[in-house]
Amino acid sequence: MMTSRLAKLKLALAFLGLSLGMTAAAQHGAEGLDPAHNDVGDVASLQRGAMYVVNYCLGCHSAEYVRYNRVGADLGLTEDQLVENLMFAGGRPFDTMHNAMLEADAVRWFGVAPPDLSLIARSRGTDYIYNFLRGFYADESTPSGANNVVLANTAMPHVLWELQGVRRLVHEEAEEGLESAEHFEVVRPGTLSEAEFDDVARDIVNFLDYIGEPMQLERRALGLKVIAFLLLFLVISYMLKREIWKDVH
Amino acid sequence: MATRESDMMDRLGRGLSSLGDWIDARFPMTKLLKEHATEYYASKNFNVWYGFGVLASVVLVLQIVTGIFLTMNYKPAAADAFASVEYIMRDVEWGWLIRYLHSTGASAFFVVVYLHMFRALMYGSYKKPRELVWLIGMAIYLCMMAEGFFGYLLPWGNMSYWGAQVIVSLFGALPVIGEGLAEWIRGDFYISDITLNRFFAFHVIAVPIMLLLLVTVHIMALHEVGSNNPDGIEIKEHKDASGKPIDGVAFHPYHTSKDLVIIVVFLIAFSAVVFFAPEMGGYFLEYANFEPANPLQTPEHIAPVWYFTPFYAILRAFPSKLGGVVLMGLAVMLPIFLPWLDRCKVKSIRYRGWSYRIALWTFAVTFLVLGYLGLMPATGGYVTAARIFTILYMAFFILMPIYTSPAIEKTKPVPTRVR
Repeated sequence: MMTSRLAKLKLALAFLGLSLGMTAAAQHGAEGLDPAHNDVGDVASLQRGAMYVVNYCLGCHSAEYVRYNRVGADLGLTEDQLVENLMFAGGRPFDTMHNAMLEADAVRWFGVAPPDLSLIARSRGTDYIYNFLRGFYADESTPSGANNVVLANTAMPHVLWELQGVRRLVHEEAEEGLESAEHFEVVRPGTLSEAEFDDVARDIVNFLDYIGEPMQLERRALGLKVIAFLLLFLVISYMLKREIWKDVH
Repeated sequence: MATRESDMMDRLGRGLSSLGDWIDARFPMTKLLKEHATEYYASKNFNVWYGFGVLASVVLVLQIVTGIFLTMNYKPAAADAFASVEYIMRDVEWGWLIRYLHSTGASAFFVVVYLHMFRALMYGSYKKPRELVWLIGMAIYLCMMAEGFFGYLLPWGNMSYWGAQVIVSLFGALPVIGEGLAEWIRGDFYISDITLNRFFAFHVIAVPIMLLLLVTVHIMALHEVGSNNPDGIEIKEHKDASGKPIDGVAFHPYHTSKDLVIIVVFLIAFSAVVFFAPEMGGYFLEYANFEPANPLQTPEHIAPVWYFTPFYAILRAFPSKLGGVVLMGLAVMLPIFLPWLDRCKVKSIRYRGWSYRIALWTFAVTFLVLGYLGLMPATGGYVTAARIFTILYMAFFILMPIYTSPAIEKTKPVPTRVR
């Protein structure tokens, strides 16, 4: 009797361990990309990210499912702070983040309409965007004069060039038996150092991660409470079961 | 004071009892409760494998309840569907939780049903006298596949769109009627607003009604013949003086209290996914589905949701499209014939011969490997592997009458009473 109960307990633990293990393994990543290491719990980073996104991205991109006042509330901004710092294009606080550019114009200027950013972190992954933002280099052959190592021939111009500077991609001569390598060469330095620019990219990714699933912190916090309750209830239900089954042999 | 209170309770008790009598004179309430709960005897030696049936009903109820609330805010139109899902995720109070419960519930439904079916294979639950229980169960499984397929189009993401496109086009592979049939299913020349509308109708009304009906019939048929057990012994053959099976205990309160423990363990695992990994690494919610449907842009790699991938691997294993479709149809349908393919009289794997044990475990591994191969691109080694495992899948069923024949499968003596 004792051994079978132990066996059951082991099975239940294995089951839980498996599901939690799979949960931990279920991270969205890709090979060959630098990890973004962003933290959606970092409100200061989200505030900076919101500033960068509003300044550099929302001219062309929209985030059409994201409401300004939701962002304001989650980032700890008052309505005045929200309107002054994040809402340059006017509108009302409960509006969603629309871009200033007409789609027809976008197609005419860039060949393609810039994708909506609401869910970009969920569809492409945070690491991808982090590397994409850091992957621009000067290339005379493209219409915008810039190309990208992550997404070749992207229609997106290097909008952060003032911060990052302009770089050139240098192909190194491959030595015997080694794969050819590439590295960047600074043509014109930007206003930020490389580490500072990485932080900017991380803040942008962090904000995009947050708007992809604005309730994600709430979700995890609630999950802990739910599982704590269920563990307690497991003990109670198991005691009930033992009480009812005690006369069955 | 005390006398007044007990007097009140007494009256309340008598009132309820006479209400019960009033109903019983008009509807078999007490009779049903006895037949299906307090006097339904099931073996006392059920192990964890016997919990997946009740878990399937828990998930069914969860899907229906969350589905009702999703329907209140979802818009089944090509122009609005994707945005309405995001509206549910962002603006509807608790909408994100309801949506994640529903999307995780879909996968959980298949997890528990696959394990429930595997239990039947281990303990011979499809054998006489439970053939109809098995057949109705297979009908439920087919309905679930339809439900999953229709439901997957509704978020109108790009993977929804292209997944539906691929699966509907399979019907187009049939000779003569194929193209017309695919067009009839879509209601259009391609997956469109019209298709979304009708899939919505199937997903929220037609198939759920069938499911509820079939589940009711499944349980009625089961309770008529009685539940099997890990020893594969008919407990009804050994009754005490009062006519109840000696090795059985009443479903309520014995099995209900045991099932409650199992349900709580399940809910802990389920919550771990809902709250900490609702995308489940792209297997429960695929990344490409966070982009709206785009008829002009195919996702890089189209893979169905994980619960269809074993059959998808079989589909792609065959060199021609028609052959693949026929093979896949066969793979889905073959389990229907299990009660007649299996010639062994012994039910439980505990007392069956080595030939069936080897076949069953090989089949379990085969199903998992095919599931993995269905997620991978159809290139080189993956296709060769899919072909080998497709043959193993088919062999499990087609060779069954041979390896379960008395000449080959040497069974152990079956005890008369459960362990």
